[in-house]
Amino acid sequence: MGLFDKLKRGLEKTKQILRTDVRDLFRAGEILDERVLQDFEGRLIRTDMGVAAANRIMTRLRAEHGGRTVDVNAIWKTVRDELVDLLTGSNNSLWDLNNPLSPLAKAESGPTTILVAGVNGAGKTTSIAKIANLLQKNGNKVVLAAGDTFRAAAVEQLTMWSQRLGCEIVRKESGSDPAAVAYEGCQRAVQTNADYVIIDTAGRLQTQKNLMDELDKVRRVIQKVIPAAPHESLLVLDATTGQNGLSQAQSFTKAVKCTGLVLAKLDGTARGGVVVAIRQEIGIPVKYIGVGEQIDDLELFDPKGFVDALFEK
Amino acid sequence: MFETITQSLGKAFTAFRGTGKITESNIHEGMRQVRQALLEADVAYDVTQDFVKRVTAQAIGEKVLKSLRPEEQVVGIVHQELINLMGPVDHSLAIKRDGISVIMMCGLQGSGKTTTCGKLAKRLKEAGHSPMLVAADLQRPAAIEQLKIIGQQIGCPVYAEDPASSNPVQVCRNGVKEAKKLGARVVILDTAGRLHVDSALMSELQQIDNSVSPDQALLVCDAMTGQDAVNSAKAFNDALELDGVILTKLDGDTRGGAALSVKAVTGVPIKFIGVGEQLDRLEDFHPDRMAGRILGMGDIVSLFEKAQQEFDEDEMLLQQQKMQQGKFSLDDFRKQMRQIKKLGSMRDIMKMIPGMGNLLNAMGDLNPEDDMRRIEGIINSMTPDERTNPDRIDRSRRNRIARGSGVQPADVNKLLKDFSNMSRLMQDMSNLGVKDRVNAVRQLASGGFMNPGADVNPRAVRVQRPPENRDDLKDKKKKQRKDAKKQKKRNRKK
Repeated sequence: MGLFDKLKRGLEKTKQILRTDVRDLFRAGEILDERVLQDFEGRLIRTDMGVAAANRIMTRLRAEHGGRTVDVNAIWKTVRDELVDLLTGSNNSLWDLNNPLSPLAKAESGPTTILVAGVNGAGKTTSIAKIANLLQKNGNKVVLAAGDTFRAAAVEQLTMWSQRLGCEIVRKESGSDPAAVAYEGCQRAVQTNADYVIIDTAGRLQTQKNLMDELDKVRRVIQKVIPAAPHESLLVLDATTGQNGLSQAQSFTKAVKCTGLVLAKLDGTARGGVVVAIRQEIGIPVKYIGVGEQIDDLELFDPKGFVDALFEK
Repeated sequence: MFETITQSLGKAFTAFRGTGKITESNIHEGMRQVRQALLEADVAYDVTQDFVKRVTAQAIGEKVLKSLRPEEQVVGIVHQELINLMGPVDHSLAIKRDGISVIMMCGLQGSGKTTTCGKLAKRLKEAGHSPMLVAADLQRPAAIEQLKIIGQQIGCPVYAEDPASSNPVQVCRNGVKEAKKLGARVVILDTAGRLHVDSALMSELQQIDNSVSPDQALLVCDAMTGQDAVNSAKAFNDALELDGVILTKLDGDTRGGAALSVKAVTGVPIKFIGVGEQLDRLEDFHPDRMAGRILGMGDIVSLFEKAQQEFDEDEMLLQQQKMQQGKFSLDDFRKQMRQIKKLGSMRDIMKMIPGMGNLLNAMGDLNPEDDMRRIEGIINSMTPDERTNPDRIDRSRRNRIARGSGVQPADVNKLLKDFSNMSRLMQDMSNLGVKDRVNAVRQLASGGFMNPGADVNPRAVRVQRPPENRDDLKDKKKKQRKDAKKQKKRNRKK
């Protein structure tokens, strides 16, 4: 139950908001009128899922339950189905929940490269440490590439993590070309027969064109060492992020073709509902969620579990 | 999503044009648009509801001014109300005349506290104070190193202790003592990022507050924060009684609704905004500009300010004179391009001009920077003589220039053509008054922009006939010819 409990704990507050209101909002036997529906829409929007996604749920709710007597369970089922539907998307990318590594693509031979990107302060470095830890625990050899050569002491931060984890790290002095670091990281991984190489990048806002180009360059350069790289490019998203998350996902996908999201900092009151909007409009699935500051606080994302944890009684 | 509110309001109001008055019934649809715009800008749900209610009440019964269209008027009311809500501003930091002033920074993880500490220290230093930084973030690996590097960059002392044998409260207390020894006048405490629901860490913050009693407690808040901004701001305010908020990462494309939410819920003024990773990128907060941003209306004032900062005034005057006299050369053109480059990327600039935001979408993948670089290369390959007299460029010169700058001769030709069009445009423009000039820019934005054939002065537009059938056209011509023949015959008879 470890996984589920943590997820639940992380979403405790969200659940409270949605559920306490639900008891007040939908009273069995009453007529489901516009006032109640409006209230419920407010609750949905407070999860940051965005106006469009909330509208979709509301439309269905109106069509199926509007003006009728409230049947709490039936309403729940509708909301839950719609949300799970939104989160699983069309290509139904569900992975094996018992294997924490199943969302990650694996190279056919040689090291698998994972490129990690995101805006400033999203939690990239911490997420990398957590993913590296997960990989190592499952018997893989990991090489880290400290590609954040811009922010003061970012390399030191990742180095400290690598020491704690006991994995190899490739680093260069601050200010050097991140693509060069990534290149060397891949080379080292090939030489030492590592299973995974994780490339850190400096945080960048998606509107900075030249920095996004730099990211594209990293992608191109590592392909010289490992042609199929990056096998995974993960976008780290802060769970407190609002609708700007959409713009982030859009721009980062353009630059490095994101294959998945890591939703960090889901241990607060933030709901991370923007992933619903991202899934709906851009189609990138959430692969992992960060639920705490400890190294083990990384969980596999499970849409059903996510929604269930929201509505669990 | 990036549609400006004025536009969507425009759609909502077209049905009610000419009613003369804003009434309860016709404002409903418009307000729905306002509500959606605010929610998409991440303004908290409750704040949005309240806001919409208030604006509706205010707008009802107002006469639609003849000079304005109703959507513009409603946006005006919304805009003003946003400004009222986010103001008044207070950019002071309560630096004491004598003794040591302590500023404590707090916020969630990754909101940008450490960088903002550096920016603030730099700002204070430039204002003639002697700041000192205290590294009270003992949690995140290498946070102390980060602050030390930043301190080095701005030439400001940093106090730190070994995280293994100390705690944040002690570091802060000793930091203030150290400041007394060093003679530093302002102490900035960089505390660790914490979640507002983590009661242990929040009480640690209160302990620091009690033990060093800071003069200012500032909350650092990520401008991209969504609906949760109200919860965290409220929790921090309850724990510390904040004196101000610093909004960070506003250099992205976030609409920054968090600003409104935080101010509305806590009542604490927003003092500064962070607009870049460099340490000088800290600006005063202006509610009017922020209001424009939330509504997606552009920020022409900031652009002017920026331009004033970056542009050399004498140079500008000289160029303007040259333009008026029609002596604008390719050399001047290159100079201007370089000045524009200093302002930032073309996309950033265009975002700040009202109405230009839509063009960004139209541009798609087009990259003006690349074009500008290519154009500069072409001009660089010309001789000074060619730059002042572009007419002199013949085929052989053109080929030489193309070879020198690595482009096709046709590209050189295009540049020359564009340039002659542009200098004509500029000449026209400089003869216009301010108002006409603004109109001209608007016109450019609406269609003529990036179209070298565009004209500033509105030309008499020929009435467009509906497309005719080819056969009809043939018959018509035939008939015309016949008529003409008849006429000629008649003329001869006379």
